[in-house]
Amino acid sequence: MQLKYIDEFRDPRLARGVVGKIRAAWGDRPAMRVMEVCGTHTVSIARAGIRSLLSGVVTLISGPGCPVCVTPDGYIDAAIGLGERPGTILATFGDMLRVPGKRSSLEKERAKGIDARVLYSPLDAVEIAAKNPEKEIVFLGVGFETTAPSIAGAILAAADGRIANFTVLSSIRTIPLAMEVLASDPEVRIEGFLCPAHVSAIIGSDAYLPVAEKFGIPCVVAGFEPLDILYGIYLLLLQKKRGAATVENEYARVATQGGNPKALEVIGKVFRETDTAWRGIGVLPGTGLRIAENYAAFDAERKFGIEIPSAEERTACRCGDVLKGKISPPQCPLFGKACTPEEPYGPCMVSSEGTCAAYFKYGVQ
Amino acid sequence: MPGDKILLSHGEGGKRTRDLIRKVIVKRFDNPVLAPLFDSGLLGRLDGEIAFTTDGYVVSPAVFPGGDIGRLAVCGTLNDLSVCGARPIAISCSLILEEGFPVETLTTILDSMKAAAAEGNVMVACGDTKVVEKGNADGIFITTAGVGIVSDGWRPAPENVRPGDRVILTGTMGDHQAAVLIARNLLELSARILSDVAPLSSMLLGALSSFGEKVRFMRDPTRGGVGVSLNEMAEASGVRIVLDEGRLPVAESVRGMCEILGFDPLYLANEGKALLIVDGRAAEAIAEALRKTRYGKNAAVIGEVAEGPPGVIMKTVVGGMRAVDYPVGDQLPRIC
Amino acid sequence: MCLGVPARVVEVKGTSATVEVGGARREISVLLLDRVTAGDWVILHAGFAIEKLSPEEAEKTLALFREISDATEVH
Repeated sequence: MQLKYIDEFRDPRLARGVVGKIRAAWGDRPAMRVMEVCGTHTVSIARAGIRSLLSGVVTLISGPGCPVCVTPDGYIDAAIGLGERPGTILATFGDMLRVPGKRSSLEKERAKGIDARVLYSPLDAVEIAAKNPEKEIVFLGVGFETTAPSIAGAILAAADGRIANFTVLSSIRTIPLAMEVLASDPEVRIEGFLCPAHVSAIIGSDAYLPVAEKFGIPCVVAGFEPLDILYGIYLLLLQKKRGAATVENEYARVATQGGNPKALEVIGKVFRETDTAWRGIGVLPGTGLRIAENYAAFDAERKFGIEIPSAEERTACRCGDVLKGKISPPQCPLFGKACTPEEPYGPCMVSSEGTCAAYFKYGVQ
Repeated sequence: MPGDKILLSHGEGGKRTRDLIRKVIVKRFDNPVLAPLFDSGLLGRLDGEIAFTTDGYVVSPAVFPGGDIGRLAVCGTLNDLSVCGARPIAISCSLILEEGFPVETLTTILDSMKAAAAEGNVMVACGDTKVVEKGNADGIFITTAGVGIVSDGWRPAPENVRPGDRVILTGTMGDHQAAVLIARNLLELSARILSDVAPLSSMLLGALSSFGEKVRFMRDPTRGGVGVSLNEMAEASGVRIVLDEGRLPVAESVRGMCEILGFDPLYLANEGKALLIVDGRAAEAIAEALRKTRYGKNAAVIGEVAEGPPGVIMKTVVGGMRAVDYPVGDQLPRIC
Repeated sequence: MCLGVPARVVEVKGTSATVEVGGARREISVLLLDRVTAGDWVILHAGFAIEKLSPEEAEKTLALFREISDATEVH
């Protein structure tokens, strides 16, 4: 009943060994501040109970690698607006369904009559478009470099199939430059980066060299299984101990130094670099991907003449500081009171991998 | 006749209704209580504490790998009686049919109900059939209510749960909801997963007969899965339950599906499983006895009751600790 | 943002392939990879195979874990 390449990386005996080695190697040095950039790492760490295993050795700070958390609330409002147009089907990843915009969420609007469907793949949206030529299908293309090639692939499939009723409302962000912004923020104090597994599979581990070299911060690309995370942290601790600041790749079984050239080619074909707003952080130059001119027919913003309004922050919500790693969720005044998974105030709480949601769901009292 | 559909006139009380009831429905449930077709089924004198339960069934699709809404409607109600220690006596069967529902599907469902009732040793004592206009029901809705007699000397005792007690799950998690999700075909996954829908009376009443008070409390983990039921049990007893992730039984295909979609099998519904909190010293013996039964082959001790604030936590596969809380809403396929 | 699962390729048809994870199968796109054949292992994300998984590298990584685990055990 073993799932291959999953269960071996959850082996309890090996995990005990690695944790023992970590503690032996680090001794009672003060805890190292490590930012795990990717939301999937946040959830893996929470589900495996890794904080409890490494308390005192590592302080794990969750970063802004949760695409739902960093998408401005104006995006949800724009999506709802499109969904309200007659004959429109909104298609989305499950992650976006319950996120609150300024007025409402897709889930609430669906109960009121909007046709919003949760899909597993953007290609399923193209299929729905092909089967429903009289409808307009808008796919909510939210994600980072991991998902960008898939969204690009869907647009290419629609172009190939001459499907005229499929568009993407794009909200794609890129990681390495955002890491540089965080690395340079003195309030955040990051001593090591646990780099995302599948973003790295696309862009390659070399993408983090500027972060390591310019800021002297150790970087390790680590897979998402518990042993990957534990060993990745071990490598970071060793780098810190010897005063090194390089990029190491624990996830060599999937991620390479140069990434996936075909995926990068597909991204390059469909998207162009742009400046974009990160909810709670602000506009970060060059960290967004927008749909290129020659694929404008598949860009929902251009086709429907809408503009995603820039976020007006609801000031009590401190998602931004949580995303930047400045505070931990319990330090937000709304955590657990005005902001809970049932009634979330900000996206960090409702997103399946939002830092606040992970703390709330998996934190042991 | 093949292709026949349910019409509004089937629900209006006239000849079509009588034909449907007598020739299609009652014919299958034939028993002396139902036969006279009085306005109530007369069950005779019942000796002992009476247990009474009801549930509505709206599953879509109505037929899925491993079962159908009919089997579900009978087993669900039987199991609610069994986990309270009640021997089932009679169930009711109330059908709401959408105009246009295929008669052939209806007869398949009714045959399932008959087979499940026979297996669960219970009779269908009364029922009702209504037909609503197209669009006002999703094919077929079934409500069943069940009456049973609680075994002498045993009743659910959450107040008796204490540190040292252990938690048993009678088999693999999530099979039912996984099978239904695949049958809905919205996620275009295929897997050989069968719903676990089954009547557990014989298994559970057998356990009570052998072990009595050593079984403190039982629940069937339906909607919300083991995760929700354990939280309810911890709340009812005011205790801390510590699960051992490595001991949770999950079928390989269900795990595969969960890994692809990002689901947690702890929160997927089961329809042929029970959770038992038992005296810690008897736990292995009880699990062993369950494993000898038809529906308990994968029974496992999955956790224990410990000192500490009430709630459910879990020792993870790699030795960490995390909370297992109530989920918010249904799980959705995610990319993150 | 990177939920991806190791899947075994069962069959390839042009830019589509059927993959399997523990008995659950799905048809997905292999547009993002060159030369995928039955028996290969890939990482599945949102209906696409986004990279191949190397069994040799996986074994090397596991060997590293075993090495440092054994080094910790007190005899």
